Amino acid sequence: MSKLAGVLKQHKKIFAPFITAGDPDLETTKKLILAMEEAGATLVELGIPFSDPMAEGPVIQEADLRALSAGCTTDKVFDMIREVRKETDIPLVFLTYANPIFHYGTDRFYARCAEVGVDGTIVPDVPYEEREELEAACEKYGVDRITMIAPTSEDRIQEIARDAKGYVYIVSSLGVTGVRSEITTDIGTIYRKIREVTDTPAAVGFGISTPKQAAEMARLSDGAIVGSAIVRIVAEYGRDSVTPVKEYVKRMVDAVNHCGE
Amino acid sequence: MTKGRYGIHGGQYIPETLMNAVLELERAYEQYKQDETFWEELRQLYRDYANRPSMLYYAEKMTKDLGGAKIYLKREDLNHTGAHKINNVLGQCLLAKRMGKQHVIAETGAGQHGVATATVAALMGMECTVYMGKEDCERQALNVFRMELLGAKVVPVTTGTGTLKDAVNEALRVWTARVQDTYYVLGSVMGPHPYPEMVRDFQKVIGEEVRAQLLEKEGRLPDAVIACVGGGSNAMGLFYDFIPDKEVRLIGVEAAGEGVDTERTAATIARGSEGIFHGMKSLFLQDEYGQIAPVYSISAGLDYPGIGPEHAYLHDIGRAEYVPATDRESVDAFLYLSKTEGIIPAVESAHALAYAMKLAPTLAKDKIIVVNLSGRGDKDVAAIARYLGRDLHE
Repeated sequence: MSKLAGVLKQHKKIFAPFITAGDPDLETTKKLILAMEEAGATLVELGIPFSDPMAEGPVIQEADLRALSAGCTTDKVFDMIREVRKETDIPLVFLTYANPIFHYGTDRFYARCAEVGVDGTIVPDVPYEEREELEAACEKYGVDRITMIAPTSEDRIQEIARDAKGYVYIVSSLGVTGVRSEITTDIGTIYRKIREVTDTPAAVGFGISTPKQAAEMARLSDGAIVGSAIVRIVAEYGRDSVTPVKEYVKRMVDAVNHCGE
Repeated sequence: MTKGRYGIHGGQYIPETLMNAVLELERAYEQYKQDETFWEELRQLYRDYANRPSMLYYAEKMTKDLGGAKIYLKREDLNHTGAHKINNVLGQCLLAKRMGKQHVIAETGAGQHGVATATVAALMGMECTVYMGKEDCERQALNVFRMELLGAKVVPVTTGTGTLKDAVNEALRVWTARVQDTYYVLGSVMGPHPYPEMVRDFQKVIGEEVRAQLLEKEGRLPDAVIACVGGGSNAMGLFYDFIPDKEVRLIGVEAAGEGVDTERTAATIARGSEGIFHGMKSLFLQDEYGQIAPVYSISAGLDYPGIGPEHAYLHDIGRAEYVPATDRESVDAFLYLSKTEGIIPAVESAHALAYAMKLAPTLAKDKIIVVNLSGRGDKDVAAIARYLGRDLHE
């Protein structure tokens, strides 16, 4: 079991908030990471902005464009993490696309992840079949390659789960990221299939925005991952988003931790 | 290396949600590729519906005027719907039908692929939605209405630069949401495997016909074949059959826009670098951090920041040459062919003509070049008028 998975295992339930790095600026991103930790987040997923994020809905697409227009780059994100690491040990995971990693140089990218203290990466457009693209560098530098399982994965669920590092990202529903009023996928069945082949924790993301949804997903799995709902608060409040995000994350963490009640 | 590779290029870089759909498509294509009844039905559609074989026309006036190699034009513009796009769409929609899919989606740049998809969806009784960049909807307003006439729904894409790449992003996103009942008709030799191979197989009829037609007319193979390249489907269709014939030069012409040394360009081979995007490893126009660059060309059909993986491979191994043509050169070629041969070419195809006009005079009179006239230019008339300073709107 990887270090990240080990840390996550110490928590009864996981709450993983996502924000896009550099939206509205990296100084705010740093404050948001620390505020979300204080609010009880188990880990933080950080998006490295990409010009064409094909798995994202409009909320995160716009956040990526805002961050890029504000001058955010991969190097600046690494520098910010080096700074934030002086103040926190909370697990940090990157979510980005194949091209920013490949073009940076896959080996160089993961070397820097290890150097500044990034625990894992989620790369939606590198599926199981193409894992070789990242595997060697991830293993060399001890950075977990976090894999996704979707409602359409079917017979691929166990194949992917067997290979999982850090945690398994269960995609709650079809389509791209974004707030949904209802999640109809049979998460319980997917979770059980994952559990049959691995101890690695598995949390659900895509479409979760309310404490009730988060609690429901945490009851069916090991936790909840929330992106668009937080990114929307950042979009609305900009540099003043630290307090409202912190309050929101606190409510969600409470819901997740009391999901059995 | 994984499936669908051309050297280091190709692959299947797509989100997990789409993976089973792509694998299902791969299995279906492998099955029907071997099925003679599938190809017989497709050949019949090519012949009776699409008007194949397309003519191979000896452009005598152009040849004499340029004073060099003999120039033949492969008249894909005479196909039903006015471009080579119908070849691929007939193949994919026939496959979709056999797979039991009732809803097709497509991206489109200039609108030619969208029109072809709307057309075949009407023919085969399928529901059709086409994603088109907002800027392209404005540049090609007539094609938007044409698709609507054919019963398709056209969705303008406002994200990003509002052009072809954004239409592909949106089609992929929508496919993720409706993956169970929807077939994505990708319009070029790009995207995740099996698309580059499958689209090439449905387009390779172009080169096969050129070979047979030229053998009949001249008793020999051409010295060079020339086609424009955006994603690269008409070029791949023309090149494929000639790849083993080393004496035949394969020349792809990219859209240089305002020039390969400017930021206003779409010349991927000239200016791009290796990357992973839209499901494939290939060459892309991008910045130092791998952000996909905004691209520009007068031609909405060539306005794409990448190139199909098989082209990237043919470039790597030196089998094909890729050269740029600017907006200006292409508009000049557009005007030239209209006046010289009485054929108004698509502005995309005019890029290939522009290079042929440079090359022909440098070759001896006993040399033969074939230019793929991939589409007709009716759709571009208003845009060309505007380029020339005439205030003409559709």
